[in-house]
Amino acid sequence: MSLTQENPVIPAKRALTTKPRFSDKVFRGVVTAGGLSSLVILGLIFLFLLSQGYETIKSQGLYFLTGSDWVATLDAAGKIDPTQSHFGIAAMIIGTLLCASIAVVIGVPISVLSAIFLTFYAPESIKKLMVSIIDLMAAFPSILFGLWGFFVLGPSAEYWARLLHKYLGFIPIFSMPVDFYSRSPFVAGVVLAIMIIPIVTSISREIFAQTPLDRIQAAYALGATRWAMIRNVAFPYARGGIVGGSMLGLGRAMGETVAVYTVLNIIYKINWHVLLGAGGNVASMILLKFGEAGPAEVKALMAAGLALFILTLLVNSLADFIVNRSSKAGR
Amino acid sequence: MSINSSAQVQNPNTANAKPTRPWTASPKDRSISALILLASVAISVLVVAVTPMKGKLAYFAVFFLSLLIIDYTVSRAKAGKQAGVDSLFRALVAMGMAIAVTPILSILYSVWERGHKGLRLALFTTDMHNASPTSPLSQGGILHAIIGTGLLVIFAVIVSVPIGILTALYLTEIKGRFTRPIKFLVQAMSGIPSIVAGLFILAAIVYPFTKSFNGIQGSLALAILMIPTVARTSEEVLQLIPNELREAGVALGGTQWRTVAMVVVPAARSGLITAMILGIARIAGETAPILLLTGGGDGVNTNVFNGSMGSLPFYIFKGFTIGTDESVTRAWAAILVLLVLVIILFTLARYLGNRKVGK
Repeated sequence: MSLTQENPVIPAKRALTTKPRFSDKVFRGVVTAGGLSSLVILGLIFLFLLSQGYETIKSQGLYFLTGSDWVATLDAAGKIDPTQSHFGIAAMIIGTLLCASIAVVIGVPISVLSAIFLTFYAPESIKKLMVSIIDLMAAFPSILFGLWGFFVLGPSAEYWARLLHKYLGFIPIFSMPVDFYSRSPFVAGVVLAIMIIPIVTSISREIFAQTPLDRIQAAYALGATRWAMIRNVAFPYARGGIVGGSMLGLGRAMGETVAVYTVLNIIYKINWHVLLGAGGNVASMILLKFGEAGPAEVKALMAAGLALFILTLLVNSLADFIVNRSSKAGR
Repeated sequence: MSINSSAQVQNPNTANAKPTRPWTASPKDRSISALILLASVAISVLVVAVTPMKGKLAYFAVFFLSLLIIDYTVSRAKAGKQAGVDSLFRALVAMGMAIAVTPILSILYSVWERGHKGLRLALFTTDMHNASPTSPLSQGGILHAIIGTGLLVIFAVIVSVPIGILTALYLTEIKGRFTRPIKFLVQAMSGIPSIVAGLFILAAIVYPFTKSFNGIQGSLALAILMIPTVARTSEEVLQLIPNELREAGVALGGTQWRTVAMVVVPAARSGLITAMILGIARIAGETAPILLLTGGGDGVNTNVFNGSMGSLPFYIFKGFTIGTDESVTRAWAAILVLLVLVIILFTLARYLGNRKVGK
C-alpha cells in the first residue's frame, strides 16, 4: 500500500476544441439569416421599385428629374401614349425638400432647447414626465397630426403666415404673388416640425447626457455659470450629434405621407413662395395620383417612389454616419 | 504638548454646524421668480388690451419677451452680467420645452373635444355594412375597423417580431463581421417612408400575383415598418443583460444556443415584450400603405387572405374624404379610439420597460 506506483499511467491530454456543436451552427445560421433580413428587404425594395419604374425612367430620361409636368395621356388602345405623356418630379422633389427644410428650421431649435432643458435644468420629476410626453408624441399616428394640422393648426398657421408676409414680405421667399394662404408649404412645414420634435429631442438629449461629467464640473469649478458651461462644454461636445439628429429629422420629414397629404395643396409647378398655398411632395403626390392612376401611370408612380426611397436613404445614411462619428469622438 | 492641545481645543461652533445648501432656491428667490412671472402675465394682458395687437399669439409673444427682459434685468442687478445672461438662457430653454409640449396638449384636447360626441355603444358593436355616410350616429360603427386593425397588427407582429429579435440577437450575441453593416441597415430601414413600403408590396405581390386587395398585404407592409423599431429596442434591452449571466450559462456546460434560449432571452423577456408593444404602437395608426393595399371594406372581414379589409386609419381617412357631418363625427370618434389605443400601448410599454431587467 504505497503511495508511489511503479508505472504511473499519465492520462493523455484532453483535446480542447472550439468547434461549435451542430445546434450552435444551426443557431448561428438562423440568427445571421435573421440579421441579414434587413439587407434583403432593402435590396428587394430597390429591385422591385426599379423593375416597375424602369420603363418610365427610360422613356422620360432626364426629364423625369428636371421636368414638372405630370400628364398621362392614353392613346386609342387605352395604352399610355409616350409622345403625349410627361412624368417629371422636379416640382415634387423641390417641394419635399422645401417642406422638410421648413420643418428643420422650426423644429430643431425648439428640440435642442428642450433637450438642454431636460438634461441640465429640469428637476427629476418634471424630466420624467416631459420625456414620457415627448416619447408618446413620437408614437402618434401621422394621420392624427395631419387632421389636427388641417382643422386646428391650419387657421392659426394661416394667420401667422399673414403676419410673416406683412412684416417680412420684403424677403423674397415670404412674398406672395396671389393672396392665397391656406394649405401652403409653410403650414405643412409647421406640422412636420411638430412631428420631428420627438426624434430630434431624444437624440439631442442622449448626446447632451453623454457630456463628460469631469468637464462639466471643471467648468463649474472655474466659476462658469450654467449658460457658460453649456455654451463652452456641452454644446461643442454635442454639436455633431445635433447635426446628425437634425438630418434624421429631415429624413423623417421628407418621407411623411398622410400628414402632408391633408395639409398641403399639390401643384405641379416649382414654387419657392413658402407662404403660397401651392406646394409639392413626392409621397403625397403618389397617394393623390394612385387612386385615379391606370397601370401605366402606376409605373411612373413607382419610379417616383424609387426616387423618394433613394433620397431618404441618402439623407438617413449621412445622418447615421454623423451621429456615430460624433458619439465616438471622445474629445 | 501640541498634539494634546489640538485634540482638546474644539470649536463649539463648528462641531454642530448645519449643512447649508447655497445652490438651492431660498423662499425669497422663489417669491421673486413668482413675481417676475406674474409681472410678465400682467404686462402681456395690459399690452394686448391697450395696443391693436390681439390673439393668442400676441399674448404669448408679449409674455415671452417681457419675461426675458424682466428676468435678465433682475438677475443682472442682483449678480452681474454673467448671471443675467444665465437666467436669460434659463428662461429661453424653459420656453423651448413649453413650445414643444404645447402641440401634444392641443392634439389631446381637440381630439377629445371633437371625438367624444361620436362615442356611443353602436359605434363599437356595428360596422358600416348597412350604414351610409349620412346615416345618423346611432347607426353604423367601427367594429369592422377595430377587428381589421387587430388582425393587421397580429399578422404584422407574427412576421416582424421574430425577424426583429433575431436581428437584435445577431447584434448582441453573435457580433459577427456583419455587425456594423446591419446596425447601419436597420437604421436606414427605420427611415423608409411608409408609402414606399406600400409601393414595394404593390410591386412585389399585388401586381404579379394577387391583383386584388386583402389584409395580409397590408400586414406585410406594416411588418417592414415595424422590424426596425423591434430590432433597435430589443438590441438595447439585450445589451443590458449582464455578461455574467451568459458566462454562467456557458460555465454550466450550455451551448451558445442553450445559453441564449434558456438564460438570455428569458432574462430579457419583459424588455422584448416592450419592444413588441412599441412596434405595435408605431404601426397601429400607419395609414399610407393601408390605403394602397387593403381596400378598406365596410363590413366585418375576418379572413386576411381574401377580400378587402377595413381598419381604423382607413376608416378615419375615408370619413374625412367623404366629408358629411355624420361621417366626420364618426371619424373623429375613430381617431379618439385609435389615440386611446396608442396611449394604452405606450403606457404598457413604459410600465414593462421600467421594471428591472431579469424579473
